Amino acid sequence: MQEKVARVEVDKEQCKGCALCVNDCPPNVLFMSKEINHMGYSFAVYADKGCTGCGICFYSCPEAGTITVYKK
Amino acid sequence: MGKILKRPKGFFETFDRKPGTDQRVTHYCPGCGHGRVHKLLAEAMEELEVIDRSIFISPVGCSVFGFYYFNCGNIQAAHGRAPAVATAASRSNPDSIVICYQGDGDLAAIGTAEILHAANRGENMTVIFVNNAIYGMTGGQMAPTTLEGQITATTPLGRDLANEGYPMRMAEIISQLHAPVYVAREAVSDVKSVMKAKRSIRKAMQSQKDHKGFSFVEILATCPTGWKLDPIESIQYIEKEMKEQFPIKVFKDVISEREPKAKHYPSTKKEDIFAAVNLVENVDLFPRDQEFIDNFSEQRFRIAGFGGQGVLMAGTTLAYLAMEHGLETTWLPSYGPEMRGGTANCHVILSNKKIGAPMVETPNVLIALNLPSYDQFEPLLESGGLILVNSSIIERENKRDDVTTLRIPMNEIAESCGVRAAANMAALSAYLTYSKLMKIDRLVTLIKHNFKKRDLIDKNIAVIEKASEYVTKHYL
Repeated sequence: MQEKVARVEVDKEQCKGCALCVNDCPPNVLFMSKEINHMGYSFAVYADKGCTGCGICFYSCPEAGTITVYKK
Repeated sequence: MGKILKRPKGFFETFDRKPGTDQRVTHYCPGCGHGRVHKLLAEAMEELEVIDRSIFISPVGCSVFGFYYFNCGNIQAAHGRAPAVATAASRSNPDSIVICYQGDGDLAAIGTAEILHAANRGENMTVIFVNNAIYGMTGGQMAPTTLEGQITATTPLGRDLANEGYPMRMAEIISQLHAPVYVAREAVSDVKSVMKAKRSIRKAMQSQKDHKGFSFVEILATCPTGWKLDPIESIQYIEKEMKEQFPIKVFKDVISEREPKAKHYPSTKKEDIFAAVNLVENVDLFPRDQEFIDNFSEQRFRIAGFGGQGVLMAGTTLAYLAMEHGLETTWLPSYGPEMRGGTANCHVILSNKKIGAPMVETPNVLIALNLPSYDQFEPLLESGGLILVNSSIIERENKRDDVTTLRIPMNEIAESCGVRAAANMAALSAYLTYSKLMKIDRLVTLIKHNFKKRDLIDKNIAVIEKASEYVTKHYL
């Protein structure tokens, strides 16, 4: 099945909660969780809609594979 | 489905070398600039298709663990020495892509010499200089690049230019050199800057791939922990403070003007190395005499005099002579910084057993070419030992009567043969003649073979013969 919508996936167990992606996301569709992950960090969460696939959060994130962006 | 932006292949899929349970994430603090730079590098390796021929040189600092992450060759260098290690990696693997990754303490403080000279030689490497204006790993001390007024653990009142000097602008400094082909300063702050940094890194690595030589990308990066700011404030700190004092700029780009450097494949073959130092001849001057070796009694020498008398050469000549006889030998010189004048002495051991240490503290042979040497070493001699005194310039009598003292006018013998500097040969000849340990003609054969001043060989042989006659006449 062909995907038509851009989206971002955040692996919450690889997120250290720096919030740089939330700060940088142009359409403001990332936010920080209230819960914490296994490392003890609050983590970035995608609002499930509104991602434009710009990829800015990917380059914003200092971690290797926490964020994956699927472009349109 | 369109393009996917995901974990670059330049990284290991899991960081198995990293201890602990979280082997998908880096060891860096949240919001650390290193993480962003690593990602750009890993991506550039993948995009330029050089992962399998990249060599990542980790420095000392937080990025010391670069080898946890990059799926390529990895070497961890001593503090500041990454450019020296990178030079070796690059020269011995001319087709590799060498990433010399360094922080500001590493590159701009302890490693200033290495980076300048590697840049000046135009080594084919890409230096990634992560400048976060602080010593991060050690607890936030002032670095060479710390900003004016910046508060660190060691500048609690802020960096005072009058006291601590100015922030070192390494990109500017490197760009003044002729050899580097690409020198730029970037920042991993806002995403626009990150994307610019990505292009700079790619350009630098591409130029290395094309063998254009040395490229240098300084990257302003955050250290939220060291700066005591949160990650977002840290980004703003780069934008508002660091960029003021460290302008973002391409300082030099002559990649297109420069020809690719010729690849040089150094040989590691024994024959080539020997040929390069002119040691092609298979030297085996004398036939091996096992009986001679088995019966040889250990000779421990101090040979001493003033600089220029040939003290050290007398030692090496003896050592070579022993080597050619199949003996074990050591030679240890001891002298001041001056090439002529001053005092010199050497320790020489000849033995038929392996020699543990080359120091001679209780010699059984002393060759004293001047009075101070005689005074200094006569008391050290083992009882029953042998002293050869240069009686041309040593007038006093012996103080020890439990040792054999031969008085040989070494200077006169040498001068009578027209070569004033050959007192050392007179001494060696006298020693061999008296001790009968090795034959005089073998010394002659050796110096014919080894002597660099070919025109003086005959005169030296005359000295050897004359000294030998002198000893035979007076002492045998």
